[in-house]
Formats: sequence, C-alpha cells, structure tokens
Amino acid sequence: MDSMTIIGMTSIIVAGFTISIGSIAPALGEGKAVAQALASMAQQPDESNTISRTLFVGLAMIESTAIYCFVVTMILLFANPFWNMVAG
Amino acid sequence: MNIDPSEIVYYEQGFIRITATLVFTWIIMIFLAAAAFLLTRNLKADGKIGKRQNAMEALLTIIDDQISEISQGESEKILPFAGTLFIFILTSVLLSLIPGFISPAGSLNTTIALALCVFFAVPAYGIESKGLKSYLKDYLKPTWIMLPFNIISEISRALSLAIRLYGNVMSSSIIVGILITIVPLLFPVALQLLGLLTGVIQAYIFAVLAVVYISAALKNRDKELAESD
Repeated sequence: MDSMTIIGMTSIIVAGFTISIGSIAPALGEGKAVAQALASMAQQPDESNTISRTLFVGLAMIESTAIYCFVVTMILLFANPFWNMVAG
Repeated sequence: MNIDPSEIVYYEQGFIRITATLVFTWIIMIFLAAAAFLLTRNLKADGKIGKRQNAMEALLTIIDDQISEISQGESEKILPFAGTLFIFILTSVLLSLIPGFISPAGSLNTTIALALCVFFAVPAYGIESKGLKSYLKDYLKPTWIMLPFNIISEISRALSLAIRLYGNVMSSSIIVGILITIVPLLFPVALQLLGLLTGVIQAYIFAVLAVVYISAALKNRDKELAESD
C-alpha cells in the first residue's frame, strides 16, 4: 500500500468512528434534557416559556459537541489536509 | 462537494479575492439596508400606524422582550447589537431557500467574524458599564488561580459560537447535496425544511448566547452595588 491509500483508508474509517461515537453521548444527553424539561413543564405549566427557552439554549450547547464531531468528519472527508500534502 | 462557499472564487487580483461568501454577504447587506430604509420612512408616533410600521414594531417588541427577560432589564444597551446579529443570521438562513443563493452563514469566515464581534463586544460592554479596573478584576474571581481558566473560557466560547453556527448551517446544505444524488425527489425538500428550522433556531441561539455573555459582563456591577448598599 502506498501512503495515499493508507491516508484515504484511515481517514474514511476514522470519519465513520468520529461521527458514530461522537453522536452517541449528545443523543443520550439531549434525551435526558428533554425528558426532564417535559416533566417540569407538566409540573409547572406556567413556567413553560422560561423552561422551553432554557431548553433550546441548553440543547444547542449539548448539540454543539455532535456538531464538532461532524465538522471534523467533513474536514477528514472533503478537505483532508494530509491528503493534500501527499497528492501535492 | 464544497464544505465552504469561500472556496468559490469569482475574482482574484493580488490580495483582493472576491469569494461567494463576500458576494452573498453584500447581497444580504444591500437587502437589509434597503429594507430598513423603506420600512423606517414615515414613522408615526401617534394616531393610526401603517402596516409596515406595525410589522416592524412587532418584531422589535419580540426581540426586546426576549432580551430583557434574559438579561433582566438591560435591554436598551444590548438590543442594537444582539438584534442586528439575530436579523443578519436569520436573513442569511431564510434567503438560502432561494435556489442559487449560498448562505454566508455556512462559511467559517462569516461565523468567525460574527463570533469575533461578540468576543470584542463582551469586554467593551463590561468596561463601558463598570470601568476598566473593575472589569479586569472579574478575571481574578474567585481567586487569581482561575485567571488562565477565565481567559481560556473567553476564547473557547467564541470559538464554539463560530463552529456551532457553521456546523449547523453547513450540515443542512451538505445533507441536501448528498440526498439530491441519492433520492432527487421530495426528500431533499423535507430535509431543507428541517434545515430551515435548525437555521432559525441557531440564529436565535447565537443571539441569546451573545446576550447571555454580555449581560454576564454587565451584571456583576449590580451585585456589587447591592452588596455595598
């Protein structure tokens, strides 16, 4: 195997692992957050405005970890710096 | 496949490089400036107000209410900054529905520029409200050991603001691009609607986080005043 094959293969495999592992934890976290928010909204319907606003902000914060993984994956697949180094 | 509209270069000479990001940002700027000019003519303070003024006042009231709820009453100061951020990102996401329009919010250059605005606005608002010395003292709280961590958190939250917006807007365009090659009918439309939803939410989130950061820089003063009273 020449170095281009190795770089391509590793990039694709690692990209798959990055997005799969990187979306597990945020998914669990978001599920927990939504469940908790729904429970508190059922308890205190008057506060649902505040709760849903905080929920959205919190979800975006949690989701950003998954987005980081996605960005890394996209860089590995479409703008791989190591690939350009070898291919010239 | 393109993951950044800045890779599309229309014109290049020397250090001047006109990319798609720049051109579409200009289009949004012209659009917003023209809309602001047309909407703010013939404003009336009393009597029957027109449709345009009514729509504009409704938008402004919503933004104002949200900001004063989050920042607990510092809305007048923050509204021009955070409202501009919100309207700019919202327009750039909504206009991407037009075929051929590339949203500049899907480019890392734009989002980093917006995040840098927030990054410099936080100390500017902080110094303006409580003075340079008192603002710099905040970095030494609770103890001086926390100084490097406070600085790191300033930088990392600006970075995360930029990458969050970029990743969300870019991901929806990438997903639509991939789906068009696999299932060209109907599915991309549904995904584009989803992308529109996430785009609007991200515009909201970006503005809310900017408000939260700025009001955190403002708020300590009130606490100290309350303690000294």
